[in-house]
Amino acid sequence: MNGHVLLIEDEPNIIEAISFILSREGWRVDTHSQGSDAVEHVRRTGPDVLILDAMLPGRSGFDILRDLRDDPEMSALPILMLTARGQSKDREQAERAGVSRFMTKPFSNAEVLDAVRALSEA
Amino acid sequence: MVTLNTLAAFALAYVGLLFGVAFVAERAARRGRGRWLRAPLVYTLSLSIYCTAWTFYGAVGSAVRTGFEYLTIYLGPSLVMIGWWWVLRKLVLVGRSQRITSVADLISSRYGKSNLLGVGVTILALVGTTPYIALQLQSVTLSVGVFAHPGEAREAGDATALYVAMGLALFTVIFGTRNLDANERHHGVVMAIAVESVVKLTALLAVGVFVTWGVMGGIGGTLERIDASELGQVRMDGGRWVGLTLLSGMALLCLPRMFQVMVVENDSDAQLRVASWAFPLYLMLMSLFIVPIAVAGLELLPAGANPDLFVLTVPLSQGQDALAVLSFLGGFSSATSMVIVAAIAVSTMVSNHIVMPLWLRTRGPGASVSGDVRDVVMLSRRLSIIGVLLLGYLYYRTSGGGAALATIGLVSFVGISQVLPAMLGGLFWRGATHVGALAGLTVGFVLWLYTLFLPSFGEGVILPRAVFDAGLFGLGWLRPHALFGLEGLDPLMHALMWSIALNAVTFFAASLVSFPSPLERLQGAQFVSIELTPGPTRSWSGGPAEVEDLMIMTQRILGAGEAQALFAAEARRQGLEGNLPDPSPDFLETLERKLSGSVGAATAHAMVGQIVGGMSVSVEDLMAVADETAQMMEYSARLEAQSKELARTAAQLRSANDKLTRLSVQKDAFLSQISHELRTPMTSIRAFSEILRDGEGLSAEAASKYASIIHDEALRLTRLLDDLLDLSVLENGQVSLNVRSGLLSELLDRAIASARSDEDGQALRILRDPAAERVWISTDLDRLAQVFINLVSNARKYCDAPVPELRIRVGQAGGRLTVDFIDNGSGIAAEARDVIFEKFARVSDREAGGAGLGLAISRQIVTRLGGEISYLADEAGAAFRIELPLDIAMAAR
Amino acid sequence: MSDTGGPRRTRPPLFLERRSYRRRRLIDAARLLPVLGLMLWLVPLLWGIGGRTVSASGAGIYIFAIWVLLILAAAVFAITLGRSAGSAREVDPETRAEEERPPW
Repeated sequence: MNGHVLLIEDEPNIIEAISFILSREGWRVDTHSQGSDAVEHVRRTGPDVLILDAMLPGRSGFDILRDLRDDPEMSALPILMLTARGQSKDREQAERAGVSRFMTKPFSNAEVLDAVRALSEA
Repeated sequence: MVTLNTLAAFALAYVGLLFGVAFVAERAARRGRGRWLRAPLVYTLSLSIYCTAWTFYGAVGSAVRTGFEYLTIYLGPSLVMIGWWWVLRKLVLVGRSQRITSVADLISSRYGKSNLLGVGVTILALVGTTPYIALQLQSVTLSVGVFAHPGEAREAGDATALYVAMGLALFTVIFGTRNLDANERHHGVVMAIAVESVVKLTALLAVGVFVTWGVMGGIGGTLERIDASELGQVRMDGGRWVGLTLLSGMALLCLPRMFQVMVVENDSDAQLRVASWAFPLYLMLMSLFIVPIAVAGLELLPAGANPDLFVLTVPLSQGQDALAVLSFLGGFSSATSMVIVAAIAVSTMVSNHIVMPLWLRTRGPGASVSGDVRDVVMLSRRLSIIGVLLLGYLYYRTSGGGAALATIGLVSFVGISQVLPAMLGGLFWRGATHVGALAGLTVGFVLWLYTLFLPSFGEGVILPRAVFDAGLFGLGWLRPHALFGLEGLDPLMHALMWSIALNAVTFFAASLVSFPSPLERLQGAQFVSIELTPGPTRSWSGGPAEVEDLMIMTQRILGAGEAQALFAAEARRQGLEGNLPDPSPDFLETLERKLSGSVGAATAHAMVGQIVGGMSVSVEDLMAVADETAQMMEYSARLEAQSKELARTAAQLRSANDKLTRLSVQKDAFLSQISHELRTPMTSIRAFSEILRDGEGLSAEAASKYASIIHDEALRLTRLLDDLLDLSVLENGQVSLNVRSGLLSELLDRAIASARSDEDGQALRILRDPAAERVWISTDLDRLAQVFINLVSNARKYCDAPVPELRIRVGQAGGRLTVDFIDNGSGIAAEARDVIFEKFARVSDREAGGAGLGLAISRQIVTRLGGEISYLADEAGAAFRIELPLDIAMAAR
Repeated sequence: MSDTGGPRRTRPPLFLERRSYRRRRLIDAARLLPVLGLMLWLVPLLWGIGGRTVSASGAGIYIFAIWVLLILAAAVFAITLGRSAGSAREVDPETRAEEERPPW
């Protein structure tokens, strides 16, 4: 049994795709589609790996990332960040905020699986 | 019979009396007991130097020759005096307040203290006065000749003229140059003249009374004998009557000697007020018995007797020797007083305007303090007096004392009257300029010389006879007595008319086209509005001028005592200890005016200027400074304008930069948006297609579902690309409109059908107004339909009412067609309304499959169609209004 | 130049007191006098027109009579004006300060 993955993403099709890929490999996947209460949701569920979309309704993924890193309990949480905007400054911004992995959409399923696996083992 | 020796004794005694009177008057004035010297009566009597020997003797001669014409010489001045409110009063005021010393000084001072003008007027005065002095000498000589025995006449004549000239020179030098300050009038001279004028009036009246009552038997008899005589019929030359009246009036104002007694020696208005009636009275009395004496002379004396000497010869012929001697003294008085005053007046001009400037120039700058100016001025005056008298004597000798002299009186009048236009213009017209005055004077002077003065010597004497007959250079219109072909005029009137008229016209015209210097303008204002602004003219700077140098110079001009008193008084006035005041502008002005009384305005200005030197700020300097200031202000204004321009440019640049930055940000945001909108469906497509490709453990149901997701997302991508292309085309204005006509209702039908084509779930209810929709419109129907479709599907997607409804309202107002789309949902939040027409502005959280380009595209389309799309804030739900110009819409046919 | 202080010159008043008004009209009359005199003295120009002659005595009397009248009128004006100027000076100390000011 693999670990627990929390997916915060607002695009239903992408949620479905990632959930399918990860659960097929034995991950327990929780999903959430709102940015505004995402931090509380992460604290409450305590995932092993967090997959976070950069653009979320209510609150941007970058803000959520910064909040999580500021929280001592969450500072070590592996976070995989996904973005559709694909601009280099987004990557820099995310890395400065302490992201574990940064991936630009569209991605291959294997990439996601590898990334989640690597993050959970680290 | 009176012998020459007796006569000489009388004359000498009389002269001695005059010296005595002058001396007493001077002493009284010096001791401050001279109030009576300033009595209006004395002033009035001094004016009577107008009546010279020429009028004393010549009036009778003139009456014999031309009847009443001699009166004109008195009528003109009478009118000018009676009309003192017009000109004289102002002239005297100006003369007093500006310390004018002569006619030349007046003109020079008025026209910017120009010494050139001063020199011009001086020359004019000299040329006009010299023959006049000669005339006086001649009259004395002739009158002496009357008493002489036939053998000694000629010899005695020449000697008389010389002695008289010398005696007059002596008197004038002694009493005419006692002090230099014009403010302390020539009391001795004035008093002596007043006495002389009493003598000449008494003499003439005595002769007249004798003739009227002693010879003709009373008034009645006199009138009868006048009517019975040659003069019985009035012979009136109208032109000369008017012309000579005007001429003598003008001359009264311009004659240097009249100016001297009338303006320079004037102390107060009261003097002038009394003279305004008393002087005409004097003139009237002087002319009262002229005709009776003339008639008596014609009756009593042999034919061919010189009528110019009737005043003497009539009493002599009747054995009235005492009366004859009195008469002689009267004539002698007339001659001497005229010569004395004329000599003073002209010598002042010559000294102030010719000798002193030359002297100052030869001494170079700064020299005014190195020499004893007082002595120089004195010497220059004295030499000038002697020179003027010498000139008169020489003129008398060379002209031979013939008939030519007899006419010189009026000739001289015309000459000196050339000053009048510049004088009156200067007093009453601020526009009069230096150039105008100079041009007018020159024209008048030249015309006078050519048409009157030179011809007065007789044909062939100075001007060749040919000039009289054929004109100068053989030009007929240049004949001296028929200028411009105007023939048949009396030569005097001819010259008077042309010289004065052209003088005045030239003066006026040249003044109009020229521009006065600043000093001139100030002086002009000062002169013209003298009644309103008595006071100084232009100012010296208050800088620390060399007071001691000023003191030294003043001492040398005014004398040590007076200068020290002046400076000490000023120091007291300024509240300073010691005797040296600060050279305040006020003081410098006082000083300059004080000095101008001695050396003339222009010279005084130059002298003070030399000492105050760099400290002085002339009006020109002030003007230059003002100009510079103006230039600097202009420059700084330009700088300011430039810096404003720069600031404006900078602001523009900044705003352009902001705009670029904004555009860049927008472009980044736009690219991010596009990237997001493209990558999101692609992510789904890629993920599910990989899932499908891997295939393992996938139910058929799931596979089918994933395939349909891929399909939907592919469609979404396509739509997005379509929209983007659409928007790009619209924004770049590359779209060509396909204008067709159609019914609005049909267009709406089509749009609604299209928007509902993929309808699922709850149906949107659409409320329409078929009657209002029956409007023909002529536009790009497909594009407009696109907008409608977008609005209908937005309502369908976003209307959150339980039973969604869309009302389509059509109206026409103000020449525009409006189509409103109003749903019954909760509408768009107020803060979001601004951005709904922007690209990618999705206000709803609800995923509706759009890229947020719909309204942006709609706005572009409506704008392209000439209309406007707006959000109606006051409706309950989301409400959009499309406004189109009605010229594309036509009422249904 | 005298210490009369700063400019005290204001606009001339619109209405003058009765005496000043009288005085000004008197000055007007004085101004008119020479014009009248000139006109009367131009009358001799008309003599001799139409062959009629004027006797010299008559002519002389005419001219001198005008002269006398003018002198009398001028004297009346001058004396009246002089008197009013003098009294104005006594009444108005400011006028006295400016001796050279024109007497109105």
